[in-house]
Amino acid sequence: MSFDNAYAALADEHEDTRWAYGTGFDDALSRVDRALPSNVDPAELARYCLMLGDDALILAQRLAEWCSRGPELEEDVAIANIALDLLGQARMLLTRAGEAEGEGRTEDTLAYLRGTSEFRNVVLVETDCGPGPGGDFAVTMVRLLIFATWRLACFQRLTESADPVLAAVAAKGVKELAYHRDHAAQWVVRLGDGTAESARRTAAGLERVRPWLGELFVPHPVESALATAGIAVDPSSLRGEVAAVLRQVLAAADLADRTSDLVAALGAVPTGEHGREGRHTPALADLLAEMQSEARADPAAVW
Amino acid sequence: MTRPTPQQVRAVAESVLDPELPMLTLADLGVLRDVEVRPGGRVLVTITPTYSGCPAITEMRAELHRSLVDAGCAQVEVRTVLTPAWSTDWISERGRRALREHGIAPPGPAGDRAAGPVPLRLAPPPSRVRCPRCDSLDTEELSRFGATACRSLRRCVACAEPFEHVKEL
Repeated sequence: MSFDNAYAALADEHEDTRWAYGTGFDDALSRVDRALPSNVDPAELARYCLMLGDDALILAQRLAEWCSRGPELEEDVAIANIALDLLGQARMLLTRAGEAEGEGRTEDTLAYLRGTSEFRNVVLVETDCGPGPGGDFAVTMVRLLIFATWRLACFQRLTESADPVLAAVAAKGVKELAYHRDHAAQWVVRLGDGTAESARRTAAGLERVRPWLGELFVPHPVESALATAGIAVDPSSLRGEVAAVLRQVLAAADLADRTSDLVAALGAVPTGEHGREGRHTPALADLLAEMQSEARADPAAVW
Repeated sequence: MTRPTPQQVRAVAESVLDPELPMLTLADLGVLRDVEVRPGGRVLVTITPTYSGCPAITEMRAELHRSLVDAGCAQVEVRTVLTPAWSTDWISERGRRALREHGIAPPGPAGDRAAGPVPLRLAPPPSRVRCPRCDSLDTEELSRFGATACRSLRRCVACAEPFEHVKEL
């Protein structure tokens, strides 16, 4: 398919598959059995898919903020590709959430037309780690390492989920997340074991994300109920695997002295904000204001 | 226009090129999973994305649809499936040859994923990637991500040429 110029492509109103993220995604999971498992409360499944979908959507948006502002061109490309993978995972999970909920909400309405308190992502992913003021590439990589490690452990178990859609999304995601974790780990080692300044900033990054780690591992009642039904993963069961990976990376990064504090944080009880319950930091409102502005300005827009 | 035979329909679908790696057909890439001609001539094509966020999937759908309609198929439906997840092991021998001829190192065997936690390996594995130009195994990674998620950038130490590599997935 070709167009004489970019405007012709943009103006093509009749070809709904024109956009990279064109419409017609509704059947994306068509060969997967889309029926809801019989032993599941659809509202709970919807909520769980929102948790996992929102984690990916919000972190994808945060990573996209680095595009053109990374330390090197190759890193811009890497971060953008990682963000794209997460966005793809988010789309499938939000679609599943809308389907389970049964109220006609699509991936787009869920992404663009929900308010801050309706988002179910963990606070870790919404935290502003840069590239703007107060942010840093080191903390961005530390956050990505921890998130990808947690999500990989979770998805690896989810491949056995009794929900065929979650199992299929997870099986695809495992391969991608292993790459994301690997990429972030390489950077944390390179920075931690680099100059005194890069080591200082990496250690500061660990401090910065520490308050938000406990939330990843405390089971939300929905996670507990669905885990019992063989559909979800109890996140408290991931602590050991995540701790082992972090120990491995910090040792290689010459930051072993930070390990005990970090591992202790994985078991901390979160206080204050609790993203899974819709209680977020102001950073999420700022992020959504930007991410949703286009869709809210023109609710009839199609892309 | 006369209706194409099922063999012709299959041949048309199998000849559609990948938008990102146009030296490969979708069949060679392994994303074309099934071509089914239903009674009455309805054609159902099934494809699978390489990566969850692969933006090329939409272009693939459109191109398949257009090619089949142009070939005389009255009703074409292109479906996307997620399972089983795509693997670079599905790239055909002909596809691997075409990649090499175009200066892109084809992927090595991805193998099956072992059960249980995915181990993290911090040390880079010994290079098994041959330079598509001089065939040397002495190559190094420049960047883990290339122009698309499925490719990385490498350099040949022997002939000093940079090249792309389709990563094992």
